[in-house]
Amino acid sequence: MGPLALYVHWPFCVSKCPYCDFNSHVRAQVDVAVWEAALLTDMAYEAAQVPGRKLSSIFFGGGTPSLMPPALVAKLIVAAERHWGFADGIEITLEANPSSVEAANFEDLAQAGINRVSLGLQSLDDQTLEFLGRAHDVEEGLAALDTAQQAFDRVSFDLIYARPSQSLESWSAELQRALSFGTDHLSLYQLTIEPGTRFETLVRTGELIPADDDHMADLFDLTRNLTTAAGLPAYEISNHAPLGQESRHNLTYWRYQDYVGIGPGAHGRRLESATERHKKPENFLSAVARNGNGLKVEQPLAPETRAMEALMMGLRLAEGVPLEALEAKTGLTIAHMLDAPAVDQLAKLGLLTMTDQRLTISAKGMPLLDALLPKIIADI
Amino acid sequence: MTDPSYYQDHIRNFSIIAHIDHGKSTLADRLIQQTGGLTQREMSEQVLDNMDIEKERGITIKAQTVRLHYTAKNGENYELSLMDTPGHVDFAYEVSRSLAACEGALLVVDAAQGVEAQTLANVYQSIEHDHEIIPVLNKVDLPAAEPERVRHEIEEIIGLDASEAVLASAKSGIGIEDILEQIVAKIPPPGGDRNKPLKAMLVDSWYDPYLGVVILVRVIDGVLKKGLKIKFMAQGTEHLVDRVGCMRPKIEQLPELAAGEIGFITAQIKEVSQTAVGDTITTVKDSAPEPLPGFKEVQSVVFCGLFPVDAADFEKLRESISKLRLNDASFTFEMESSAALGQGFRCGFLGLLHLEIIQERLTREYDLDLITTAPSVVYKIIMNDGSEQFLHNPADMPDVVKIAEIEEPWIEATIYCPDEYLGGILKLCQDRRGIQKNLTYVGDRAQVVYELPLNEVVFDFYDRLKSISRGYASFDYHQIGLRNGQLVKMNIMVNGDPVDALSMIVHRDAAEVRGRHMCERLKELIPRHLFKIPVQAAIGGKVIARETISAMRKDVTAKCYGGDISRKKKLLEKQKKGKAKMREYGNVSIPQEAFIAALKMGDES
Ligand SMILES: Nc1nc2c(ncn2[C@@H]2O[C@H](COP(=O)(O)OP(=O)(O)O)[C@@H](O)[C@H]2O)c(=O)[nH]1
Ligand SMILES: C[S@@+](CC[C@H](N)C(=O)[O-])C[C@H]1O[C@@H](n2cnc3c(N)ncnc32)[C@H](O)[C@@H]1O
Ligand code: SF4
Ligand SMILES: [Mg+2]
Repeated sequence: MGPLALYVHWPFCVSKCPYCDFNSHVRAQVDVAVWEAALLTDMAYEAAQVPGRKLSSIFFGGGTPSLMPPALVAKLIVAAERHWGFADGIEITLEANPSSVEAANFEDLAQAGINRVSLGLQSLDDQTLEFLGRAHDVEEGLAALDTAQQAFDRVSFDLIYARPSQSLESWSAELQRALSFGTDHLSLYQLTIEPGTRFETLVRTGELIPADDDHMADLFDLTRNLTTAAGLPAYEISNHAPLGQESRHNLTYWRYQDYVGIGPGAHGRRLESATERHKKPENFLSAVARNGNGLKVEQPLAPETRAMEALMMGLRLAEGVPLEALEAKTGLTIAHMLDAPAVDQLAKLGLLTMTDQRLTISAKGMPLLDALLPKIIADI
Repeated sequence: MTDPSYYQDHIRNFSIIAHIDHGKSTLADRLIQQTGGLTQREMSEQVLDNMDIEKERGITIKAQTVRLHYTAKNGENYELSLMDTPGHVDFAYEVSRSLAACEGALLVVDAAQGVEAQTLANVYQSIEHDHEIIPVLNKVDLPAAEPERVRHEIEEIIGLDASEAVLASAKSGIGIEDILEQIVAKIPPPGGDRNKPLKAMLVDSWYDPYLGVVILVRVIDGVLKKGLKIKFMAQGTEHLVDRVGCMRPKIEQLPELAAGEIGFITAQIKEVSQTAVGDTITTVKDSAPEPLPGFKEVQSVVFCGLFPVDAADFEKLRESISKLRLNDASFTFEMESSAALGQGFRCGFLGLLHLEIIQERLTREYDLDLITTAPSVVYKIIMNDGSEQFLHNPADMPDVVKIAEIEEPWIEATIYCPDEYLGGILKLCQDRRGIQKNLTYVGDRAQVVYELPLNEVVFDFYDRLKSISRGYASFDYHQIGLRNGQLVKMNIMVNGDPVDALSMIVHRDAAEVRGRHMCERLKELIPRHLFKIPVQAAIGGKVIARETISAMRKDVTAKCYGGDISRKKKLLEKQKKGKAKMREYGNVSIPQEAFIAALKMGDES
């Protein structure tokens, strides 16, 4: 049995950012005792489903999990260790928003067992932070980064680029500054207009004009060049780190290994099934009260579906997908899973490489992955 | 029974002419309601336009008719027949037969909008039939209504006396009685003699699941009765009349239809294709010595290939086309196979609108995804050895070295338009290889007659005409035979492979412009691919135009989504389904819409 990862979702935020379609909710009051009980119950349920496997990573995501009281984080970590036990060198990450209020908790969170944070800096430009609807400014964000670097072993932060009318020059300057802070991990996301967000409405009314694809491609190339030069090459479409500093937790997703997801809207993949929990906090709580877990969907996945998911996730990684492992995981043959003529054609175009061992998307193919996937994956 | 001549004197046959949305259907409903044809409850829906497509496009495709019983203020009883006519040049012949069945028309103009193009085309036709025209200014209930301005417009633009135009609101019922009174007072009763041998015009026909083929007729002379043995003079076939009646709008059987009357008959006919619009119906015994004038055989003027997007749908397409054909004998079809598109049908239509309507009905009513190939006219090819053949499909063009000559169909087109648009229209006709035959003025309206090659008209001539004249030009045409032309076959190659569905026959002098335009349009219509795609137009081996679709550069979700795979997976599944539906040519997926869209010339200036 491979490693097992645990994801815990904390669905609350101080305010809703205009680009965000994550499962986040703004509530005046959050009853911590109730949530503690519910999350512990939900965790116990999953532990009973997948017993006897050590955890290689835990990830507190959101929402804004840095709003969780450190004592609650501590209790959840303790419970997880009791249920499963920890593999050596377990990675325990928490997503944090870089405000002064939250930075004040960093020391306690480290005490609770958090050894890695992913900080939502988003931009190093005040005007942009305002445009993104963020509560912090650059100064406050950098102060939080400093506090984090003192409190935790490993620190990563997120930036959103390819913003409207962002030039190559300004992104180059911003990114170079970001690289100078000495973190050994960076998540660099392109602004994506998601359905149902305020930004989508603005795009529809013409008040916001997203960057065009060619410019996005140029920004993407620039990002890869600068991060590689700085020793943090892309190991995934949007994630950059030196060898060994990758997010172990996220690698579990991309390598399509098992993970358990608890809390509102959390997804899991374990026992060859997909799990999904009730998204709305109140619905989640009542589901836990009623059923002893927050499950909304638990669906066995056909081998073909698992193959598709494994390829969809795995090809995002620079390392590509090991074919033998894929066959072992799905019980299907490569011939059955891949569209050989298409793979051949794409290889000739220099968009991917295929050996006996691995299918890997090339640097040229990476920014085109979504267009490649439907071709690569065989019609089943 | 009343005295027949008294009865004939109390018949009025009329049509309604109106631009889309000016209120033709509402007024018709109102007239039916006022004369007691239907109860309030039955009126809930517009009665005359039957098909969805008719409602959406605001055009009438099939002629419809309704007979109203009206007791006038003078105390006398009248039978009014209202004929709703098709409103597009593709159906010009059908319109002319419907109009020939009437003695007058209501000209309905929206009092807030004023006179518009569609009105004009039909008004002029109606005038040509010597109709008495009664102007109706509709929608006077609207605050924006300007009846006086519009009355003036009718006099200025059309040249009709509108001093007695009825101010009406079909919606609120204003002026309806006035309209009925004017119909009675102004439209002459039909002529004709019931004692002469039978002569009735076949105005239209349609298939009814209960009655079989129903034939709409206008009796000119004589009497039509159940049990009569009749003959279609042009078709040369004989039938036994088994039902005679009229629509009120519900079907009502009658003992007879006599000279001057409009009504329907059934005669145990199974297929509409056995009936020809404009044919003369007479009796087998005591036949009329000669048929009515003006009969024309239906002739397909535009051909195109229809292919199922999913090859597995071929049988379904065959069935659907056969069913449609039951009710529309004016299109033809035969099997066709294409290297790129597989099995399909080569179909012939009255015009481009007719083509679009059939295509739309197949897609909508029969739930089929179709690929439509470039519309083409029929060419006559004369080979070096003197033999001749007709070419319906550019893909079948024989080897050029064996061809001595190619002939193409020409039309004579008559265009009416306000003076100010004349310049643009003349340029359009010149650009399309037109030869001006005549140019005259009626007030500030110009009438220009052009001879034009039909293949220059089938694509988007009508659309262009409308846009140049802001809708004020009207257009009518008839075919004038074949003429020798410097014609060549132009191939379109996408990524090096010829796409047979896009090949076309063009005039040598127009080839380069057309080729360049096609390449430019395809560049817009074909989405970027993972590699760059040359799009070329070629005659024989010679490339005459070229564009390049640059390679796609970015298509990736560069965002964090943690363990939530499901949404992305759904997207991927959708993409995969879309992929299965696309046709590939030399590894390039061409969307269905591209085939027709690429052919529209758009703005040529
Ligand atoms: N206010 C007002 N609206 C009208 C009148 N007659 C028709 N309409 C409206 O105009 C629109 C078009 O009418 P319709 O009869 O379908 O027009 P058609 O396309 O000429 O058949 C409909 O929304 C009608 O309700 C009228 O006298 N007054
Ligand atoms: C789970 S989210 C938010 C975590 C945390 N609450 C925050 O805001 O910092 C993780 C990251 O996704 C990125 N992100 C969220 N919505 C995005 C969008 N529409 N386009 C691009 N990146 C986005 C942001 O960089 C964000 O930090
Ligand atoms: S981006 Fe982060 S802080 Fe903003 S609403 Fe989304 S989860 Fe909450
Ligand atoms: Mg109508």
